[in-house]
Amino acid sequence: MNMLFPQIVAGLSNGSILLLAALGLSLTFGQMGVINNAHGEFMMAGAYTAYVMSTLIGNKGVALAVALVVGFVVSGLLGLLLDVALLERMRSRPLDTLLVTFGVSLVLQQLARDIFGATPVYAAAPEALTNPVTVFGYSFSAGRLFIFILSIVCVAALYAVLKLTPLGRQIRATSENRDLAEVSGISTRTVDHVTFFLGSGIAGIAGVALSLLNSISFNFGTTFIVQAFLVVVAGGVGQLKGAVIASFVLGLCQSAIELPTSASIGQVAVFLIVVVFLQFRPQGLVAIRSRNLA
Amino acid sequence: MKKLTTMSPAEFAATYKAWIGTVIAVLLILLAPSVMSVYNLGLLSKYLCYAMVAVGIGLAWGQGGMLTLGQGLFFGLGAYVMAIHMKLSDIGPGQVPDFMAQYGITEVPGFWELFRNPVIAVIGVAAVPGAIAALLGLAVFGRGVRGAYFAILSQALVAAFSVLLIGQSKTTGGTNGLNDFKGFFGYDLTDDANKQMIFYICAFLTLAMVLIVWWIRRSFMGDLIIGVRDQENRMKFLGYNPASIKVFAFSLAAMFAGIGGAMFVPVVGIISPSDIGVTPSILMLAGVVIGGRTTLLGPVVGTLLVRFAETQLSEAYPSAWTYIEGLIFILIIAFVPMGLGQFKGLWPWVKEKIGLGGAAAAGAAAGAAEAVAGAGPAAKTTSPTTAKAVNA
Repeated sequence: MNMLFPQIVAGLSNGSILLLAALGLSLTFGQMGVINNAHGEFMMAGAYTAYVMSTLIGNKGVALAVALVVGFVVSGLLGLLLDVALLERMRSRPLDTLLVTFGVSLVLQQLARDIFGATPVYAAAPEALTNPVTVFGYSFSAGRLFIFILSIVCVAALYAVLKLTPLGRQIRATSENRDLAEVSGISTRTVDHVTFFLGSGIAGIAGVALSLLNSISFNFGTTFIVQAFLVVVAGGVGQLKGAVIASFVLGLCQSAIELPTSASIGQVAVFLIVVVFLQFRPQGLVAIRSRNLA
Repeated sequence: MKKLTTMSPAEFAATYKAWIGTVIAVLLILLAPSVMSVYNLGLLSKYLCYAMVAVGIGLAWGQGGMLTLGQGLFFGLGAYVMAIHMKLSDIGPGQVPDFMAQYGITEVPGFWELFRNPVIAVIGVAAVPGAIAALLGLAVFGRGVRGAYFAILSQALVAAFSVLLIGQSKTTGGTNGLNDFKGFFGYDLTDDANKQMIFYICAFLTLAMVLIVWWIRRSFMGDLIIGVRDQENRMKFLGYNPASIKVFAFSLAAMFAGIGGAMFVPVVGIISPSDIGVTPSILMLAGVVIGGRTTLLGPVVGTLLVRFAETQLSEAYPSAWTYIEGLIFILIIAFVPMGLGQFKGLWPWVKEKIGLGGAAAAGAAAGAAEAVAGAGPAAKTTSPTTAKAVNA
């Protein structure tokens, strides 16, 4: 029990990090079929926003709060620009978006290197988040606890937007049947732009939050992107539920395997788990039932 | 088929273009060492190693529709098999490489010992990547995993592989990789004559791979691969197993990548995880993107071009080169998805417009049509207009 509890906490914490990184991807990939390789760089943009805010604003707590909002807008606008300029013309060949966005990620990384330099920087975290907090006699990193709560809040907010608002209804309608949505008077074009803005914005929030744990450099996003993609694949396309379950299961698996072996074995094992899992559910954890062959 | 004596030169060229192409390629390869310095020959050999990977990507992605972002895995497997063999023959039996000695290891591990034998090593550089690709292919294609899912899995696989290489540094050399080789199957690597021989090996291997792909494209198997790319379900209803066709193309591509990786080691003299990570793996696609994924020669030409440009520009303007790399992917995929291959239909079209017409143009058009058959009717009919739009 004494060993198990910290293990579970570490796993949940890893899971929440994965979830934050994968949430926006899950939205853009799931709803639009766009595979955004630049998602990691949108996270990087969020992280650098946190850094800039922490240098501009004296109060660290206020800086973080402002950075969360500004990071969302900055990354969201980057995503919107990408969608309007490039991805819109590629709706008929979704697989190619993967390579185009890879090009975008190369350019954004180099831009960051040219603007902020190659050496990593740190966003000063509020003191409340740097000290450990003690709950039930165990001490936790407050930063990780904050990320855990933030990931839950983000999921809840996104879920509410998708299920309760007219916009969410339009997003779901577009992803389920684009033509039918169009003839029902929904501008699928606008819906796509808004969806992409939201998904990219969430990447910005993730970047701000994860800058609490990591140093910020031009390759900030590459540390998360591959595993975030795995979460989306394992969770199933188009369902938030799948992404949430997959993040936490993979997070728990990873920390469980890492303990007796090493971090590198843990990452390899997570990959193998996903491949084996896809043997049983090729469409991922939560698949939309369809009689469609393709 | 007409008799040779009654053929016009244009008809002759169209009928025997594969033979003519092969002869020209062989002549170019044989002539290259006499017009290039040893240093440039070494660079060209390195580009050819990447070209081998690109030929495989052209088959798997262009023909088969499998966007593989993980060719670095197979490249790396081939390279490490070769590097292990070369290291072992450098140090002789009973010894361990320096980096292992630093960790206090006194005996080389089993998977090293396996490749001490030169025959097993040569077979291994193709067989190991091929077998792993086949296993992975059977697992994922058999369950209908395709498209973006497959791309993401292949990317994750290469990420896991490079993490594993770095993590297991006691037996793999970690981030430093394996380097400082002296001999290549008993031949001294510093000798210029041997460097020239290695260039010949690289060049003829690339040519052989192009010819294999050319032969597959003309065979019934080539039609099956394209059929699975464009209409997987219809192929299923016709009684074919799409999975086995895909596994064939994917494994062959993996073997090409493995052989390319294996030659990379004697040419460049080092293999490390930084040569095969996620980003290097996607960059292996750059040449294919430029040259045209569905064309036969496009991947080779594109790869040679982009690697040449890389050498020329990356040292003088490292940051500019990264922007160019990014823009290659952005602009070409978004606006000229078939790469240089898209301009193939342009020449007959121009000829027709300026009123050259006649048998020569018809022959060229037929040749071009045959060559871009993989691109499908849509690409054929749209290419002149698209190209015009880009030019304008």
